[in-house]
Amino acid sequence: MNHGTIHSSQASSTPGSSVVARPRPSFSGTTVDKVAIEERVGALAKRSIKKQAKVAGLKLTTSMIDLTTLEGKDTPGKVRALCAKARRPLASDPSIPACAAICVYPNMVPVAKEALAGSGVHIASVATAFPSGQSPLDIKLDDVRRAVDFGADEIDMVIDRGAMLSGDYAKVFDEIAATKEACGPAHLKVILETGELGTYDLVRRASEIGIAAGGDFIKTSTGKVQPAATPAVTLVMLECIRDHYLATGKKIGMKPAGGVRTAKQALHYLVIVKETLGDAWLTPDLFRFGASALLNDVLMQLEKERTGNYAASDDFSKE
Amino acid sequence: MTRLSITKAYKMYVGGAFVRSESGRYFQVSANDKSATGADPETVNIPLGSRKDARDAVLAAKNAFDGWSARTAFNRGQILYRLAEMLESRRDELTASLQRAGLSAKDAEAEVGASVDRAIFYAGFCDKLTALLSSYNPVPGPHFDFSVPDPMGVIAVVAPAKPALLGLVSTILPIIAAGNTVVAIASKDDPRTAVLFCECLATSDLPGGVINVLTGDAKEIAPHLAKHREVAGIDAWTEDAELRAKLEAEGSDSVKRVTTHGTPVDLKWYDAADPQVGQGLGFLERFLETKTIWHPVGV
Repeated sequence: MNHGTIHSSQASSTPGSSVVARPRPSFSGTTVDKVAIEERVGALAKRSIKKQAKVAGLKLTTSMIDLTTLEGKDTPGKVRALCAKARRPLASDPSIPACAAICVYPNMVPVAKEALAGSGVHIASVATAFPSGQSPLDIKLDDVRRAVDFGADEIDMVIDRGAMLSGDYAKVFDEIAATKEACGPAHLKVILETGELGTYDLVRRASEIGIAAGGDFIKTSTGKVQPAATPAVTLVMLECIRDHYLATGKKIGMKPAGGVRTAKQALHYLVIVKETLGDAWLTPDLFRFGASALLNDVLMQLEKERTGNYAASDDFSKE
Repeated sequence: MTRLSITKAYKMYVGGAFVRSESGRYFQVSANDKSATGADPETVNIPLGSRKDARDAVLAAKNAFDGWSARTAFNRGQILYRLAEMLESRRDELTASLQRAGLSAKDAEAEVGASVDRAIFYAGFCDKLTALLSSYNPVPGPHFDFSVPDPMGVIAVVAPAKPALLGLVSTILPIIAAGNTVVAIASKDDPRTAVLFCECLATSDLPGGVINVLTGDAKEIAPHLAKHREVAGIDAWTEDAELRAKLEAEGSDSVKRVTTHGTPVDLKWYDAADPQVGQGLGFLERFLETKTIWHPVGV
């Protein structure tokens, strides 16, 4: 693989990105057995989780949710309502934990910061010309710095899928490394947008690049492209995280986003995490769901377990 | 050359698709020996619906409600008329199915004919019921005051055991004509004819989820529907007094509208000479709310 020389000089000469000190990996790529991956997630989906285990799993799910609103029509009022819901998902039941974070566009970060003050709920902001990432690097980095200045403690960046698909892995790597540096103290989640990558092999390669370039989390999707997160693609990424951990001892986080709408799906994901990485990853520090509709379905199932009756969708607040 | 017998897999109708029970359970229904169709008596498997099937059906009905209730009444009428066309074109099949369940050829034919007529009746009623059930109310002040009917949402129906087809048609069509959606539990005595009716629904332009039909034991499924907070009302036609009482009790927590009917075997569902029998405004208005609007005069 001999791409990227030109781009790397561009990246390192961009004002503000200083020098990319991080060593580039070989970009050789590990191939993925498509049939085996799909068989494995299919088998794991058959686990039946009931009663106390289900309640524990659903509460854990709630604590892992990055409650998300990423729409052109977002208003401060909507973001404040969402923040209130993240702090206390169900007013009538204080035993249900707060969500891990709120995920918004940079302009909404100050609103979220004020609404979440003292709650422990993190503020994640998308940046780097989300969702397409098709802007010059200096604009993307500026986007990141401003989001951090506004008060975001987690940055969800998008990779350049065009570069990824055309084989320019060095460009992808350098942009992630530069973004990591621009993040400063903020955590970096690297969105691969697996729905646009096409093959598991490329997902695996993008995961390796995202991790090597300094991502604290790797994340499946923006939520703007179908298919978004799938169990199979999540397993591919989790196996990459596992191999990285076995090689270096460093724990990278995982965030499936988009397409996880039901409590049942969420439990399925937790099973996949547990069976691939073990209990150590079953924490909001290392596993998140990017979702909006999921929370209400989880609350509905928790109420079902508590009361024995199925709830109505109008029983729970919507944005 | 003898042909292999081709047995039909009977399935429930949920969200516009034919599904087996998630529980994987079945019960058996055998053809009546008096069958006049000439076919050998056969025993068939029918899905034994479960609590989770009911939950899935409620979700399908809930998701279909916004679209169905927002359609114009005229369009709902057109779709019910289309349903009548589909029933008409499958009259022979429906008649044979009722005969398999023990009806005489004459009775089966009469029941199918009455069912088609009933679909036509409610097709015509769709765009008239608002006018018939609305009022302009005199009030002591400078306001226009209107009351208009509004559909309630998802309604659960325990269909009468007999008549298997006409009873199902007569109970669910007036409910959906007004814009509600339905989860019905078909007659356990003759679920096959109900499934056949669903095949007519599937080809009638009716959006998936507006009518969902479960097969199985009402005693097992209906109490879960009564407890389900998404279900706005229950219409139960059953001779089982214990079940009726249970549905009324379970429905109270979510303040459901529960109407229960013992169904004496001699209850008349159809009379060609008397259009008041088994149909009419009384059936249409049971699952409607009344919305009253005050509007200042001169604004």
